[in-house]
Amino acid sequence: MTLVLDQTTVRLDGKRLFQPLALTVAPGEIVALMGPSGRGKSSLLMGLCGGLRPPLALEGDVRLGGRSLRGVPLERRRLGVLFQDPLLFPHLTVAENLAFALPRQHRDRRVRIDAALERAELQGFGERRPSTLSGGQAARVALLRALLAEPQALLLDEPFAKLDAPLRRRVRAFVATMIADARLPCLLVTHDRADAQDLGARVVELGGEGEERTRTGR
Amino acid sequence: MPPFAVWPPLTLAVLVVPVVGGLIGTVLPAFGYLPALGLTTLSLEGWRGLALVPGLAWSVLLSVWVALASTLISFCLALAFVAATTTAPRTAWLRRLVSPVLAAPHVGVAIGLAFLLAPSGLFVRLLSPWLTGFTQPPAWLVPGDPWGLSLLFGLVVKETPFLVLMLLAAQAGLDAERRVLVARSLGYGPLRAWHQTVLPAVYPSLRWPIMAVLAYGFSPVDMALVLGPSVPPILAVRVVELMGDPSLARWPIGAAAALLLLALAVLTMALWRLAERPVSAVALARARRGPGATSPLPWRGLALVLPTAVTLTALLGLAAMALWSIAGRWRFPDPWPDTLRLDGWQQLQGPLGHSLFVTAGLAAIVAGTALVLTILCLEAETYRRRPLPRRVLFWLFLPLVVPQAAFLFGVQVVLVGVRLDGTLGGVALVQLAFVLPYTFLALAGSWRGLDPRWRLTAASLGQGPWRVLWRVKLPLLAAPIATAFAIGFAVSVALYLPTLFAGGGRVRTLALEAVALAGADRRSAGVVVTLLALLPLLGFLFAAAVRLRVERR
Repeated sequence: MTLVLDQTTVRLDGKRLFQPLALTVAPGEIVALMGPSGRGKSSLLMGLCGGLRPPLALEGDVRLGGRSLRGVPLERRRLGVLFQDPLLFPHLTVAENLAFALPRQHRDRRVRIDAALERAELQGFGERRPSTLSGGQAARVALLRALLAEPQALLLDEPFAKLDAPLRRRVRAFVATMIADARLPCLLVTHDRADAQDLGARVVELGGEGEERTRTGR
Repeated sequence: MPPFAVWPPLTLAVLVVPVVGGLIGTVLPAFGYLPALGLTTLSLEGWRGLALVPGLAWSVLLSVWVALASTLISFCLALAFVAATTTAPRTAWLRRLVSPVLAAPHVGVAIGLAFLLAPSGLFVRLLSPWLTGFTQPPAWLVPGDPWGLSLLFGLVVKETPFLVLMLLAAQAGLDAERRVLVARSLGYGPLRAWHQTVLPAVYPSLRWPIMAVLAYGFSPVDMALVLGPSVPPILAVRVVELMGDPSLARWPIGAAAALLLLALAVLTMALWRLAERPVSAVALARARRGPGATSPLPWRGLALVLPTAVTLTALLGLAAMALWSIAGRWRFPDPWPDTLRLDGWQQLQGPLGHSLFVTAGLAAIVAGTALVLTILCLEAETYRRRPLPRRVLFWLFLPLVVPQAAFLFGVQVVLVGVRLDGTLGGVALVQLAFVLPYTFLALAGSWRGLDPRWRLTAASLGQGPWRVLWRVKLPLLAAPIATAFAIGFAVSVALYLPTLFAGGGRVRTLALEAVALAGADRRSAGVVVTLLALLPLLGFLFAAAVRLRVERR
């Protein structure tokens, strides 16, 4: 399964925020999109989720495993998304958060959830409330949850930005292993070069467009 | 089609059909067209009849005076109170006082005030005979003074808390404290700092509430029957009297009076809007002159004390009525009953118990329906590419900004036409139009403010729109949802005129019982007022319990 961005960019009131991207992300590959803030990195990710509202709009085609995502509701795009915040549902326990993502046809729900927790070294955390987890634990549960939904690609929006430095390295390592195991194409948005390096990501710079280039080209 | 897209138009229909149908059902009879009475030719008979009604001019003046003055005074008191509690340290708790008054139905507050102000009322009792020398109640015409001052006071007492709450909601996202701090560091006194830096930002979102207060001021029939002048009464009371006249020939006159009321309200609202520009220009000119010397007078103290006193008066009135409900013998000028007894409450085994049951059941059904429609509309909005257009807001608030007396007669005509008059279903439908705007107002802010990433996260995990709503958004927003329900419940309990007209007097809610008992028997009135004040509080207790649960997780 590959993720293809075909001449994709974000428009603000009709003006392109960055030069259209032509990008193919192979299974197991991580591409880090980098660029100055305000260039539209996060908006691009929002656009891939179908979450942009006017005056912002996504331009160009996005294909996952050959099928176009245009017009497909997010719940059928099979894109896993991780934001800066783990966004674990506070009214559900850790295990319930995971069960929330696990497709219904699986009968061995307990087994799968326990196995997932074990991989993240979070055995016995199933009955905990998300509010009782540390930042690193919550980040790991959020990744487990995204993967349990069996996505075909993964989008990461600066998922390590809110973790402190030593923790960030450990969570990064965990994310790298999980992505490699799942063999998913993965698009990462960040402005921390260490994120890209530690994850072994291919770096793609977002190029400015028109006015943007002259203003940010100092 | 985006998910939930059918619900906003459906909801608007629920709101608009009664109001527009009601207006049409008022306009046609006013010009002589009422097939039910065999009137099918257009004529101005109704208007001629209206011109002959004795004391009509005074009723008109009284209506405009009461509506405009009560709105202006409530607005000023609310501004003063919010400015003072925002800037004075350790006074924010005073804001909690306004909630129970807001929750208590108009007629309950009115009956409480009537007892405080009456010649045989609590205020005179507390001062007699040691100060006044009265051993018999004096022959004052209060409440019911010909200038409508008692009614005016009652409206101010009831509308100030509403505007306070609207102001607080509007300034919540503005970091008002810091704005004021900046202005004060530039040399402005606290109240001026608030007026110059916060008010301009919150006023636009206050327009609809002010218009609603004005509209209500033109049609406070329940309060006017308790507090108001009676000969001649305000115009809205006249409309109700004419419509209730057994000789149906008076209906065209009543419809004309209703239209006159509507015209007066629209003109007054237009006047208010026209005055906004010069007033804000004056304020802006003051801002350009920069900070001057701060006033040595204790304005902020006054701004705290006056609204608080008004609020406490309302609470005292309600408490006094609760005392009446258990009073045995309570002679003038004793400030306290001689004996206490509970037999007033035994009326609950009779028709009063039935009214309580009808009121609570109706309120639960109407608030629940309004809440479901509100949620579906707001959820439809999250899937739209753009927010709902402004004209939708206009239709949403329409039932609140048209004086009730101006179109409810027409609603009755329509309900008779579809054979829903006098039924619980008909009352519920009409109440819904008045409750929905409030549940929408109460919930919209929190709903729109929810981080969209919650929805996107849930959808990216493979959950469809209904499951995202059910499993994620409802639990995350449980606290504001419960509050919106409580507000809708309180509004429904308080509705007098819509219930009277739609129910044709056959659906007896507590608000109707209260007006009927107000002049008659203080003990029974005490029981009804206590129930009226407590019932909405139950809703808010429920909301508080939900909030506690949410906060604990």
